[in-house]
Amino acid sequence: MRRLTRDRIISILLILPSIVCIAIFVYGFIGFTAFSSFTKWNEMVPDFTFVGFSNYERLFANERFQIDMGNTVTFTVLFLIATLVIGFMLAVLLDQRIQSEGLFRSIYLFPMAISFIVTGVVWRWILSPGTEITGAAGINLLLDKIGLGFLKSGWFTDPSIGIKAVVIAATWQMSGYTMALYLAGLRSIPDELREAARVDGASELQIYRHILIPMLQPITLSAVIILGHISLKIFDLVVSMTGPGTGFSTDVPALFMFDTTFRGNQFAQGAAIATILLLMVAVLVVPYLIYNARHEVEQ
Amino acid sequence: MRAPTTRKPRHWSRPLLYLALITAALFFLLPVYVLVITGFKSFQEVNLNTMWNLPTSFSLDSFAKAWSGSESEGFRGLSGNFINSVYLAVPATLISAVVGSINGYILSKWKFRGADTLFSLVLFGMFIPYQSILIPLVQVLQQLTRLTGPLVEGLASLGGFSAWLSNFVPAYGTIGGLILVHVIYGIPITTLIFRNYYTAIPTELVEAAKIDGASLLGIYRWVLFPISMPGFVVVLIWQFTSVWNDFLFGVIVTSRPNVQPITVALNNLAGSYIVEWNVQMAGAFITALPTLLIYILLGRYFMRGLLAGSLKG
Repeated sequence: MRRLTRDRIISILLILPSIVCIAIFVYGFIGFTAFSSFTKWNEMVPDFTFVGFSNYERLFANERFQIDMGNTVTFTVLFLIATLVIGFMLAVLLDQRIQSEGLFRSIYLFPMAISFIVTGVVWRWILSPGTEITGAAGINLLLDKIGLGFLKSGWFTDPSIGIKAVVIAATWQMSGYTMALYLAGLRSIPDELREAARVDGASELQIYRHILIPMLQPITLSAVIILGHISLKIFDLVVSMTGPGTGFSTDVPALFMFDTTFRGNQFAQGAAIATILLLMVAVLVVPYLIYNARHEVEQ
Repeated sequence: MRAPTTRKPRHWSRPLLYLALITAALFFLLPVYVLVITGFKSFQEVNLNTMWNLPTSFSLDSFAKAWSGSESEGFRGLSGNFINSVYLAVPATLISAVVGSINGYILSKWKFRGADTLFSLVLFGMFIPYQSILIPLVQVLQQLTRLTGPLVEGLASLGGFSAWLSNFVPAYGTIGGLILVHVIYGIPITTLIFRNYYTAIPTELVEAAKIDGASLLGIYRWVLFPISMPGFVVVLIWQFTSVWNDFLFGVIVTSRPNVQPITVALNNLAGSYIVEWNVQMAGAFITALPTLLIYILLGRYFMRGLLAGSLKG
């Protein structure tokens, strides 16, 4: 018994440093940021005079912030649809007993290993529309060459497209992830189930619609949470690919926060943006974490 | 991932199937094609109007320039930043793996009351937008520098090996400071992967060792650690990739160009109007190479980390 209690103490001592770090660097810091957002600290020197919601009021009245929130919604919706659909289709294609499956899988997934900064730099050049003087460049040039010239566009330089062009690069980077999730899911569904459905006269399409897709729902949920929170936080890709863009057409809250805080020294204002960003992510993630924890206990 | 062995062929039109697969593959490889051919073109040949054409001659000039910079044009190469990223990612990854392994061991085999709730609270840390902790993070690191700053300067002034060592002292603006940040914010994911890994190992193994009189550390050392290799490989790959690819912490914690990690330096290089775009492409290629090599060599483990990152996957 004494040995057990001594081990119990050692176990707590071993985990304590990590717990303390998370308590301070995650929860303490979030608390400090939230607190700062209610203060007057909008210059280099900290000033913790309480000002209520005035930073938030100013924020919601700010045009750049309004555009950013719109961009975030557009980006998140398009990015989720694109990655889920493309990822699912690739997984279904790969699940057809094909030759060199491993090779195709690796090709679809490799962008996940690359930094968003690299992705941004490369896609900025690919989606550069070119000018009157230089002629068409990048993807426009390619479209011209293969006779699809009517698809040419100003991409991210066109304010009416703006953030949607960034979705292309983000989808390129992340669809492999949904592909991997769905493929693992499809492989975990027993063959007998499909066989039984076929015997009952179901078509392949019906099998997918009524059996496989419903069974993959937990995976779709995971993918929506993981990709959704990534898209709400998106920062690196925008910084390296476009920056805020013409009329903030490619701007996002994470970038606005960075500029406000570390370039403009408006710490309280930046803290308010950060707090809203955190709340958006928390609404998405916290129910998922609770669901996961409960689910685990049941098992 | 299980190989598709016993499946019946489906009623797909096979050529159409492969056409779709290959088209998709071309889309994913398109940026690689641009990256590689542009990097290998000579300076005379680089022209936006011919950017999709193959190079007529093979030249490494762009890579040389991206690596060493150009004094006459006034920009720094990425070589120093590449080394910084190695100095950053290797220690941060190793420390993260050890911390994650210990945490995972205790949260799976030595559960105390409330351990699962605590674990969920730790997990939340990997989802937060880091913008929500950056302001106090900078403040705390600046306070830390008041303690460790003299040590950094002292070691740096000694020159030689001591000066090199001064990089690793945790402070605002040093690689050591950045290592500290990555280790702390890496705790959730590394703990998650190891906890899942150890949960799958039968508890009877641990119980039997306890009956034989092994202590907590003894069980870790002699029972779990020897079978932890796959878990370590997954965590090492995952953490190395995240740290190498990170930009936000790098740009916040390090402001001096000679300390910055490669992602920050690449972003500066690519944002500069004086740097030709073939040099930018070569720089992007150099930045991507280490994690890409790991992916090519150890893709299987990379995939496992990826699936672990979505909790139950």
